[in-house]
Amino acid sequence: MVNLTINGMRVQIEEGTTILEACRWLGINIPTLCYHEGLSPYGACRLCSVEITKGGRSRLVASCLYPVEEGLIVRTHSQKVVKARKMIVELLLSSCPNSKKLQDLASQMGVEKVRFKMEESDCILCGLCVRMCEEQMMAGAIGFINRGYNRKVATAFNVKSEVCRNCGACMYICPVVEVQCRGVKSPGELCNACLNFSPTCLESYPDVMCFMDSCGSCVRSQKTEEHKSTKKSTVHSP
Amino acid sequence: MKKIKSPDDLAKLRKRILDKRDPDKPCITICYGTGCHAYGCEEVGSKFKDEVKKKNLGDKVDIRTTGCHGFCERGPIVVVHPEGIFYQRVKLEDIEEIISETIIKKNIIDRLLYVEPNTDKKIVKEKDVPFYKLQQRIIFGNNGLIDPTSIDDYIALDGYSALCKAFIMKPKEIIEEVKKSGLRGRGGGGFPTGRKWESCRNAKSRDGVKYVICNADEGDPGAYMDRSLLEGNPHSVIEGMLIGAYAIGSNDSYVYVRNEYPLAVKNLEIAIRQAEEYGLLGENILGSKFNFRIKISRGGGAFVCGESTALIASIEGKRGEPRAKYIHTVEKGLWNRPTNLNNVETWANIPLIINKGAKWYSSIGTEKSKGTKIFSLVGKINNTGLVEVPMGISLREIIYDIGGGIPKGRKFKAVQTGGPSGGCIPEELLDLTIDYEKLTEAGSMMGSGGMIVMDEDTCMVDVAKYFLKFLEGESCGKCEPCRLGIHRMLEIVDGISKGEGKDGDIELLQELGEIVKETSLCGLGQTAPNPVLSTIRYFKDEYEAHIQDKRCPAGVCRELIRYSIIEEKCNGCGRCAKECPQEAISGEKKKVHKIEQDKCIKCGICFEVCKFEAVVVR
Repeated sequence: MVNLTINGMRVQIEEGTTILEACRWLGINIPTLCYHEGLSPYGACRLCSVEITKGGRSRLVASCLYPVEEGLIVRTHSQKVVKARKMIVELLLSSCPNSKKLQDLASQMGVEKVRFKMEESDCILCGLCVRMCEEQMMAGAIGFINRGYNRKVATAFNVKSEVCRNCGACMYICPVVEVQCRGVKSPGELCNACLNFSPTCLESYPDVMCFMDSCGSCVRSQKTEEHKSTKKSTVHSP
Repeated sequence: MKKIKSPDDLAKLRKRILDKRDPDKPCITICYGTGCHAYGCEEVGSKFKDEVKKKNLGDKVDIRTTGCHGFCERGPIVVVHPEGIFYQRVKLEDIEEIISETIIKKNIIDRLLYVEPNTDKKIVKEKDVPFYKLQQRIIFGNNGLIDPTSIDDYIALDGYSALCKAFIMKPKEIIEEVKKSGLRGRGGGGFPTGRKWESCRNAKSRDGVKYVICNADEGDPGAYMDRSLLEGNPHSVIEGMLIGAYAIGSNDSYVYVRNEYPLAVKNLEIAIRQAEEYGLLGENILGSKFNFRIKISRGGGAFVCGESTALIASIEGKRGEPRAKYIHTVEKGLWNRPTNLNNVETWANIPLIINKGAKWYSSIGTEKSKGTKIFSLVGKINNTGLVEVPMGISLREIIYDIGGGIPKGRKFKAVQTGGPSGGCIPEELLDLTIDYEKLTEAGSMMGSGGMIVMDEDTCMVDVAKYFLKFLEGESCGKCEPCRLGIHRMLEIVDGISKGEGKDGDIELLQELGEIVKETSLCGLGQTAPNPVLSTIRYFKDEYEAHIQDKRCPAGVCRELIRYSIIEEKCNGCGRCAKECPQEAISGEKKKVHKIEQDKCIKCGICFEVCKFEAVVVR
């Protein structure tokens, strides 16, 4: 067993567990896009980033890949983390604005504006389909082609793969293959229609963790600086 | 070739080679580096050989084709030993004269000598040329003395003697020595080499197999020190790898070199073959019972494959993509076995440390950065080339004393260190002494050692755009902040350079840059925002001029500049009108000409052809 601190709590976790698994087991919600329990962790979407402190230095790491370590201090919703996650959602939304999954995430996190040019792409390149095909279906019919911004999921040479069995697992696991969100208006705006259904939780909290997932009791009124400062003084570590 | 079976055999062989050589016999060395190849050194070399044959001087003079000498600006370079007479920009027609005058009559040919630009003094000897004089060429120096395709040349210069010494030491002692020397990874990360070796030695492998890799996937635009080392002195890298592998307990290794380096691949192949023939690679090396093989793995030229985990994936035959390094490669690397990866230059340092000792090595450099570093000095600089300097030297010394300053008397503006993901350092920091920490503090990094000098005609927004464009194309696209973040940063910077910038763009770039740095998966993304962030940090006024005044102060960004003719200066020669591809310039002969702005495509030809400086760019 490994002793570490997550959001101020001292916990004991089995060795070899990742931070994400540990947090989910403890009931702490960390958003993910490219993670799936049945597949190997990939670390591509970076949405699961958490702040770790080790040897006095803190940095962001992908919790889906980082194994728990003795003495590690983990913060899953620190200011730095929340800011980074919001930017990641904003970036993803700018390229795939019609994805319901992303729109929901934006609503949950309180992302209300996209400051980049809106594009019309569907695939978020999470790679779940590629890993599903290879690891669970043992086919390896699809993979990535091209580099950087031109990266795409495709079959080899863009022809129908001989090893594809039309099983549909790739579609089953795809997080964006669902009825598209129709809320998007002009570029720069977001649907945010679901904003009130899944209210934003506390903006950030360094050491104390609310275990309710988006209960709404602490929502948007707390955004004001004044509220934040009073909040800080009332919060104390366990 | 007879196999060398023991250190004594090697010493005997070295003696035989040296006995055959007469130190006073003239030897003409011709630089056969890639830079000099572009100048036509191959023709120069073969003409030398023909000429010597024609004059029947075969037994009176040696001709040696060597690796890169570093002073690429002045190629083809010919040095006549033993005097060390330095001839630069040698042409085919000079060859006969060199042989008849310098070799036979011992006269020096004045016109081929290097002239110091500031004093107009002619310099005869290679070691007196300021470019070389101020360097400390402990690793790179032998490049100019040996023929990379001849293992005997390397052995003659004490080659493989460090290996003999290492075989007497215990592996732990070698690691201790490397640790004490303070050597840090020269690929850019700056991780202490000895500590890396130690972790790899201590790591457990399920079948005892461990790997050693030499990273020769040098992809920075304008940087070529690893290439020159592999081309010019491949045995020093092989010897370093042998010592490292012996210390770590590995018997298998790869050199990952990019296919765009054909000469490096060729010379390395020859070197490995010769080492195998001598028994310096293979089984029971020098009777030590240590076995070691080196395989060459050629990369397809993806920049990201210089990242250790992407490189390993590429050797394994997978897509060249990095993975998270939360479990280090020294524990699980190539085919999940402990793997020690070092850069070409790092490996080349090892024989020196073993031969001369950690104490000597650590006397060079600063407190935390020891030894020397090779930089490739390029851009707006008089002496383009490779320079090897001790750590702790100031940027000013490199640029002005070794590099000879900026051409055409222009003003220095910035120097970009560390390749595409390094940062731009402005004039006020010219006295910054170079080491890993100081460069990082300044918002740049050591990187693999690229150094691009920029003058006042360089637009910093344009520079940021160039590097972002490079990185956007070279990002593997696996992790989202790097793939989308760089793309968006480029989009914003591109807009700024086109006059479409708006308030808040700079802040957005900074915010996005910081997050891309913090959340990206590998080193490429973690450093990609550096060019943008450092140019904003030091040249914010230029960004503001682009955004607010829609003006490019350096006169580079096409959408924001206009060419015009100063009436007082134009004498109506008509040259500009004749050269203009758009026929945008009109005017009668001997009368003032005019540029029609709506026709002008801002190609700048009129500006370049005008002899009277009548065309200006604003």
